Amino acid sequence: MATAIKSPACTTGWTCENITKGAFRLRSNMKDLSRHINMRWLKPPIFLACLAPLAHLVWMGFHDELGANPVEYITHSTGTWTLVGLCVTLAMTPLRRILKQNWLIRLRRMFGLFAFFYVSLHFTTWVWLYSGFDVHAMIADVYKRPFITAGFTAFVLLTPLAATSTSGMIRRLGGRRWQMLHRLIYISAIAGVIHYYWLVKSDETVPLRFAAVVAVLLGYRAIHYALQRRQQVAAAKRAGRESVFSS
Amino acid sequence: MLIKRTGDIPNSEVTPQSVYMNRRKFLAGVAAATGAATLGARSVSDWLEPARVLAEGTKLGPLVKSPFSADEPPTPSKDVEHYNNYYEFGTDKSDPARNATKFVTSPWSVSVEGEVNKPRNFDIEELRKLVPLEERIYRHRCVEAWSIVVPWIGYSFSVLAKLVDPKPTAKFVAFQSYYDIKQMPLGPRAGIALPYVEGLRIDEAMSPLALLTFGMYGETLPNQDGAPVRMVLPWKYGFKSIKSMVKVRFTQNMPPTTWNIADAHEYGFYSNVNPQVDHPRWSQATERRLDGSFFGKRIKTLMFNGYGDQVASMYNGMDLRKYY
Repeated sequence: MATAIKSPACTTGWTCENITKGAFRLRSNMKDLSRHINMRWLKPPIFLACLAPLAHLVWMGFHDELGANPVEYITHSTGTWTLVGLCVTLAMTPLRRILKQNWLIRLRRMFGLFAFFYVSLHFTTWVWLYSGFDVHAMIADVYKRPFITAGFTAFVLLTPLAATSTSGMIRRLGGRRWQMLHRLIYISAIAGVIHYYWLVKSDETVPLRFAAVVAVLLGYRAIHYALQRRQQVAAAKRAGRESVFSS
Repeated sequence: MLIKRTGDIPNSEVTPQSVYMNRRKFLAGVAAATGAATLGARSVSDWLEPARVLAEGTKLGPLVKSPFSADEPPTPSKDVEHYNNYYEFGTDKSDPARNATKFVTSPWSVSVEGEVNKPRNFDIEELRKLVPLEERIYRHRCVEAWSIVVPWIGYSFSVLAKLVDPKPTAKFVAFQSYYDIKQMPLGPRAGIALPYVEGLRIDEAMSPLALLTFGMYGETLPNQDGAPVRMVLPWKYGFKSIKSMVKVRFTQNMPPTTWNIADAHEYGFYSNVNPQVDHPRWSQATERRLDGSFFGKRIKTLMFNGYGDQVASMYNGMDLRKYY
């Protein structure tokens, strides 16, 4: 974990911070608590909390509370928790910047891997319990049903991210390339929300809520990027003018 | 061959009159009659007859067994009572069982009107007693690719239709559900236009399989399953079987139907169960039979849900891909 923090990919956020200083008025005056937070103590309870949805499902299964159609219930539950996991993962960077809490970024990988864990359960439920390993039916579904195409895309895009989540892989890929690759999560989250939106028959409230959250989280990044660009250009211009004067 | 057409009518259990009556009404009647010492409980029940209302979960009987019953084990009643699509009470399948508990189903009447010679307004109790009630075990296939087997209680809709004497101009029958935002506050969030409306071609409505339904599993319908009266059309996807019916209208033209209004591309007027015509978003070739086993079992969907012998002839010469 520590390596991940020190890698150049993860420090770009901090250097950008200087450039965009003052760009976001909503930034808090809280002090960074990174020094005071011991990840060894923080991570285990969060890890267990992330397992709670699965534990709840298992508990319900043993107590015959999954309803008349447990396959449907498990599918919906694991799908919903995947989207929650993706949103939480995507919230780490904006929260870190807004609250000035750099330690938050050290939880990002765990949340991301839990999102992948739940999407794997979701996918397995579809392959095994829903489709009964009927390969032809599954291929037809991915090909013919837009909502499954979207969901399948979201899942496939997440796999390389899970595979390259280790510190070793970050080092091997190099921070910049690793970061480029991991931007796939943006597409995956959008595809995941579309997957949900296209699935529901009429009441679109919940998928629209997820859409709003993802829009805010990605919108923050877009604005952040735009402001950063503007300041970079301004800084470059200033630098250019100065060099003219000095020559 | 899944449909038994033996035609024999085995003896069914006769429920005692005291159980048959709503207990609360019974007690109220007894209290009201305490002044008139000459009246016994039995005559009180007779005296209360016109206003007598059967509460949710009241035993119905005696029941005549039906030759149309499927020879398959019924889905456990708790599943049928807790897994409902009844969007007026919420769009999650567990919502209706929770939100419909206070739904008022009495007094209730069903208006039968339109292209008929004898339009009438039927009180629910009157309607329930038109002819002896039958128990019919039907397969019920949802458009969402799950299915259940339910012992419904009712009689053929044609009995009611004949009573109002449809004119030759009556080509279709339109059905309407009850809708009251005060009782159904989640209605505006259903995402479909309410009140719920459905329709059938007149020959479909007159099919003996089309069941005017008052109960299931030996009792009156639970609110979330469409109390106090609903239609059951076993050869069509479940959404065609309207719940909590208040109006039946015989019409000259094809009536609008709720899901067709919501999305004509996905839900046609006929909506016959057809494994060869997929829903745009999922295959209809198979279904998950909710049979009480842990995950249910995945089985092949049958044309007309296995009721082809009774209904296929109505669609001769029709392109069922076009008329889905």
